[in-house]
Amino acid sequence: MEASVTTYLFYLLSFLVIMFGCLVVITKNPVHSVLYLVLTFFAIAGHYVLLNAQFLAAVHVIVYAGAIMVLFLFILMMMNLNDETEKHKSIWLKASATVASGALLVVLVGAIKGTVLTKPAKIVDTNIGLIENLGKTLFNDFLLPFEVSSILLLAAMVGAVMLGKKESN
Amino acid sequence: MSAIEVIPVDRYILLSTILFTIGVLGVLYRRNAIIIFMCIELMLNAVNLLLVAFSSFLSDSKGQVFVFFIMAVAAAEVAVGLAILMMVYRNSKSTDIDDLNKLKG
Repeated sequence: MEASVTTYLFYLLSFLVIMFGCLVVITKNPVHSVLYLVLTFFAIAGHYVLLNAQFLAAVHVIVYAGAIMVLFLFILMMMNLNDETEKHKSIWLKASATVASGALLVVLVGAIKGTVLTKPAKIVDTNIGLIENLGKTLFNDFLLPFEVSSILLLAAMVGAVMLGKKESN
Repeated sequence: MSAIEVIPVDRYILLSTILFTIGVLGVLYRRNAIIIFMCIELMLNAVNLLLVAFSSFLSDSKGQVFVFFIMAVAAAEVAVGLAILMMVYRNSKSTDIDDLNKLKG
């Protein structure tokens, strides 16, 4: 009984992810695109909860839906692009874009069909997504990449401030 | 109960592939540079979802740690990219990628 609930939730969330993802691309108004992308991120966070990555789901909602998408909305507001000012590509370019990405999907799915997957883990450990285990892995096996990513964030911050500053000439 | 015990991992691979393709479609389909940035975020999230699915499939938390690094890189990319877009908008009053052909020579 519990298994079937999980299955239904998986298919519901997958449907939502794909539908909102398509709406991000199709919607004409950029602000609506941002809001649909936030809904996509919430559905992906639901997938993380189903996969027992609870801490990651919380971080995903906070970082993506809370920080990155607010930044996007803020930029759209500053540029005053909230109405439909976008000129559209010609119908041929749109059709070729659709055909190209459909061909990419066919190639990827065809490549996946031919693969042989490894066996899953014998004992499913449902605690790997908890903050204790993640912290142990992060600070034992990935200590150097963690420090390097802090330098990356510092460089990005300095770069963003430099670029955003008004030129004083 | 974890979803990976009742859902075969191929379904997650298929879902991530479809999500990645939607991101590629958005990059090819739209002209507004901000929407193209958002579609790149969509592609990054497809990869994140697949990493979490494999991490759960193999009961190994290293995949989830990689997702943290991808999030950090995505945040840095968005901050710098949107700052560049603001500069471009300030100079040319447009974020349409077809108008940004000054480097074409």
